[in-house]
Amino acid sequence: MKTHITTTVNGEPEEFLCETEQTLLDILRDELNLTGSKEGCSSGDCGACSIILNGRLVCACLVLAVEAEGQKIETIEGMADGEELHPLQKNFLKDAALQCGICTPGFLIAAKALLEKNLNPTEKEVRYWLAGNLCRCTGYDKIIRSVLNTAEEMRRK
Amino acid sequence: MIYERPNTVSEAVEILSKSHEKKSILAGGTDLLVQMRSGYYRPSHIVDIKNIPEATQIRDDGDTFLVGAGVPGAQLSEHVELIKAWPGVIEAMDLIGSTQIQGRATLGGNLCNASPAADSVPAMIAADATCIIAGPNGYREEKIENVVTAPGVSSIANNEFVVSIRLAKFKTGRADAYLRFIPRTEMDIAVVGAAVCVLIDKKGICLNAKVSLGAVAPTQVVIETAPQILIGTRLDEETLDKLAKAARASCNPIDDKRGTIEYRTSVAGVLTKRAAKIAFDRAGGA
Repeated sequence: MKTHITTTVNGEPEEFLCETEQTLLDILRDELNLTGSKEGCSSGDCGACSIILNGRLVCACLVLAVEAEGQKIETIEGMADGEELHPLQKNFLKDAALQCGICTPGFLIAAKALLEKNLNPTEKEVRYWLAGNLCRCTGYDKIIRSVLNTAEEMRRK
Repeated sequence: MIYERPNTVSEAVEILSKSHEKKSILAGGTDLLVQMRSGYYRPSHIVDIKNIPEATQIRDDGDTFLVGAGVPGAQLSEHVELIKAWPGVIEAMDLIGSTQIQGRATLGGNLCNASPAADSVPAMIAADATCIIAGPNGYREEKIENVVTAPGVSSIANNEFVVSIRLAKFKTGRADAYLRFIPRTEMDIAVVGAAVCVLIDKKGICLNAKVSLGAVAPTQVVIETAPQILIGTRLDEETLDKLAKAARASCNPIDDKRGTIEYRTSVAGVLTKRAAKIAFDRAGGA
């Protein structure tokens, strides 16, 4: 039996049909064609599917799609303002904070959630906040630097 | 698989009382969804409690806080009064998983998942917390240490669910602490968890204490002799060594890749001692 769900994705009203078993990540990727959120582990360990649900950073693989009724979802697709990239996106490119790119949307969303809460994080705070996002290419350092650089840049504005 | 989202406690109990074979309560889902995904468990009914006001709020109930079983860790870590009253419970909850997991995981879920290594459970036990359980005969209140009965098994009946956790308000001279050992700094399961709560007088003399350990036995352990060891002392080294010895004696751990029996037992003593010192300092002793 499919359930009809009405929700908000990146500020726009959205509706879909889903089975109870389907995760929000399944629906974002396979039904709504929002493939920026990646499927890494499907057990909440890797953070590649990070989204913001009602203002809280969560793993879309650990949310049932049926739970999305009436909720507010923000994904990587809503991060840039049209053609204008978010400062974190610009700096990830500038600082080479990515290699293969699979983990990047998750890191960007998680870092955005951090900077919205704390625009002056210490390196330790950034590392702990991003501990749930795994990257097997970069060794993390460039990602951490890029988040710190962006925070500094956004504080100056 | 049927999903239901009741709006009230009684609606939830009504759903749970119907004879569905396998019903699962959904709070944060950080354990349930992983179990479903891995094929370990497939419920026929999922009952989401996050539309029930009592289960989604932190309420001030006069002398106590009632923390809804669906309140995520991230929300607890923002609650100034709770942090002041129970720094140990909040730090234990905060140790569970990543920022993303904190956005969903709950105290109620950590309790009902009934893992021997659950971080928040020893802390809630040391804090003398209780849980409010709703069922066909109304509400009942249970001490946290009576909930987990074996790994993955709880004393909550199929037609019941945990609505909220009750914690006392701040009290001068009382404080708690929780320490966990894992093989790395983040994102792992406890090898040992130690929770200590002490109540001291103005001179720093211990008036009462409760100590609980996690991950060293099939269920969380309460160190029964801890009050008699600690009461009347200023938690001096000799007393803390006695406490560490009692902690080690209460261990009955497993041997696995995270730690051997000998190692877990040894670490239990060390962590208990350190957690006791932190709780004592927080309570105003020095």
